[in-house]
Amino acid sequence: MVQQQLPPTRYHIDRPEALALYRDMVLGRTFEDTCAQMYYRGKMFGFVHLYNGQEAVSTGVIKALRPDDYVTSTYRDHVHALSKGVSARSVMAELFGKATGCSKGRGGSMHLFSAEHNLLGGFAFVAEGIPIATGAGFTAVYKGTDQVSACFFGDGATNNGQFFECLNMAALWNLPVLYVVENNLWSIGMYHHRASSVVEIYKKADAFGIPGVRVDGMDVLAVREVAKEAIERARAGGGPTLIECTTYRFRGHSLADPDELRDPAEKEFWRKQDPIPRLAAFIREQELATAEELKAIDQQIRAEIDDAVLFAEESPEPPLDELYRFQFAEDE
Amino acid sequence: MPVKLFYEALKDAMAEEMRRDPNVYVLGEDVGHYGGSYKATKDLYKEFGELRLLDTPICENAFTGLAVGSAMTGLRPIIEGMNMGFLLLAFNQIANNGGMLRYTSGGQFKIPMVVRGPGGVGKQLGAEHSQRLEGYFNNVPGLKIVHTSTVYNAKGLLKAAIRDDNPVMFFEHVLLYNLKEDIPEAEYLLPLDKAEMVKEGRDVTVLTYGRMRHHCSEALAELAARDIDVELIDLIALKPLDLETIGRSLKKTHRVVIVEEDMKSGGVGAEIVASIDEHYFDYLDAPVVRLASKDVPVPYNGRMEATVIPQPHDIVKAVEEMLALRV
Repeated sequence: MVQQQLPPTRYHIDRPEALALYRDMVLGRTFEDTCAQMYYRGKMFGFVHLYNGQEAVSTGVIKALRPDDYVTSTYRDHVHALSKGVSARSVMAELFGKATGCSKGRGGSMHLFSAEHNLLGGFAFVAEGIPIATGAGFTAVYKGTDQVSACFFGDGATNNGQFFECLNMAALWNLPVLYVVENNLWSIGMYHHRASSVVEIYKKADAFGIPGVRVDGMDVLAVREVAKEAIERARAGGGPTLIECTTYRFRGHSLADPDELRDPAEKEFWRKQDPIPRLAAFIREQELATAEELKAIDQQIRAEIDDAVLFAEESPEPPLDELYRFQFAEDE
Repeated sequence: MPVKLFYEALKDAMAEEMRRDPNVYVLGEDVGHYGGSYKATKDLYKEFGELRLLDTPICENAFTGLAVGSAMTGLRPIIEGMNMGFLLLAFNQIANNGGMLRYTSGGQFKIPMVVRGPGGVGKQLGAEHSQRLEGYFNNVPGLKIVHTSTVYNAKGLLKAAIRDDNPVMFFEHVLLYNLKEDIPEAEYLLPLDKAEMVKEGRDVTVLTYGRMRHHCSEALAELAARDIDVELIDLIALKPLDLETIGRSLKKTHRVVIVEEDMKSGGVGAEIVASIDEHYFDYLDAPVVRLASKDVPVPYNGRMEATVIPQPHDIVKAVEEMLALRV
């Protein structure tokens, strides 16, 4: 069942779709760069984990989903939320702790939710969201819908019991779940090869008799192609897929991490594979858009993020007399 | 009124709710084909099928998380902990996701989930199968905690728990599954936040829950023979506590003995003592007395095991001692 790493073929894509992918990746990148600025300016607090470098995974998978499909994320969840359609305004406001945030100021960076977008959450503990996505997959089977659930997690999570337990159940019951590993090689300061007895994560699918695929996670078109196939299989009742996306985070684990451990040469190696310039080059080669058109998109996104910051800044704090609100279902 | 066994009452509650609402399903180890380790789901899969009586692999944390995910997306899972102690393995999913996720999502998701199953100190089952988890879960925000003690309340409470839109920890006791009682044929539900006045009395209030209710009843019979009139309250709702009923009673008796099977340190009783201090201290004529399990892993040896948990004679003694202080 396991496939070897896909060759770097270029996939057919039309102009609107190519620009939508480009736009989504630039949105993620610009949003995260702005978060760093805002964090250092004391506008947001706590642990903030940025997604820079990994955009091709979020964009490649989530943009291949339907709006009614489910997504679960990790503590590195801003960009998954954005790709799923949650507005930059409500994500930024959440990071500012405001009442207008997508979790009404109760969640913060690692707990982004949007019922409207079927975003079932960012989960702060490693591997914690995997069972949740599996449960959403179970609901689809139970109710007989063809909704698919995509579950994002890092390489570190694949050494956690919940990962194995859930893949087993998903395989047993043919649950429509995409288990998407963002293998960025580092669990804070633990190098993947020091933590995993089998470093090729996609091979772990073999243990459950499900398809396991490794894909270049810096190539949004390759990710999208793999995702589309897995989504189609899941929708048709063919069960789960384990997708290992090889990627890299360009920044430290969180904004509190000085990122002193990783070798500069390693970082440079991966920076050269930055998925955004790669897609931009492809778009221009294929003459799907001009440099000016791409630049215009960059500027539109910049304006959208500036607007999000302004919105977050001007939004009210959650009222203190609502401290207990939302704890129980009775508290609407 | 039909005579029902405790486990049958639970089964009827689940079957009735499953017939009423197609989104209700049961999952756990051996809940389907095997019928539940204490028969609470016996044969239900024949009526409802394998999807709604979902036999899970042995992976408590993951199947509990699966239940949470399904609850977020429109189903109403009932998790059976084959033995409630095993759910310590599911603590993360129950606490972080079951208990807190509605709040951290800003009220966007409901988690209508019941976690039920047998716990408590049985007959020489050894330490790991003798867990009382109410103290552990009492500290988790966002959970409701209910303890059943009779056939009647088992049915009415479980039906209410299944219909509740919040995660409910629903504790049963391993030694109560074969209790018998006449219960109404007509449908009834019981509130999850109300204590039950078992017997009114004037001299001392005894607060208890779960299997200890039956120990207390035994003690009451003995005390009545000595002309001591005890008011017995089965708390049922451990979170939120029914402080109103507790307060009303102690304003009458001015004396309270708490009898619980959970361990003394950090147990529910400790919480009740603190709450009484905060709200009703002025009404007390004597310090609250707490009878609870000793803080040790439950030993296998039968005599030692019996010494760990409060026995009826301990309750008699505590009440008598308290009244001896009466001026």
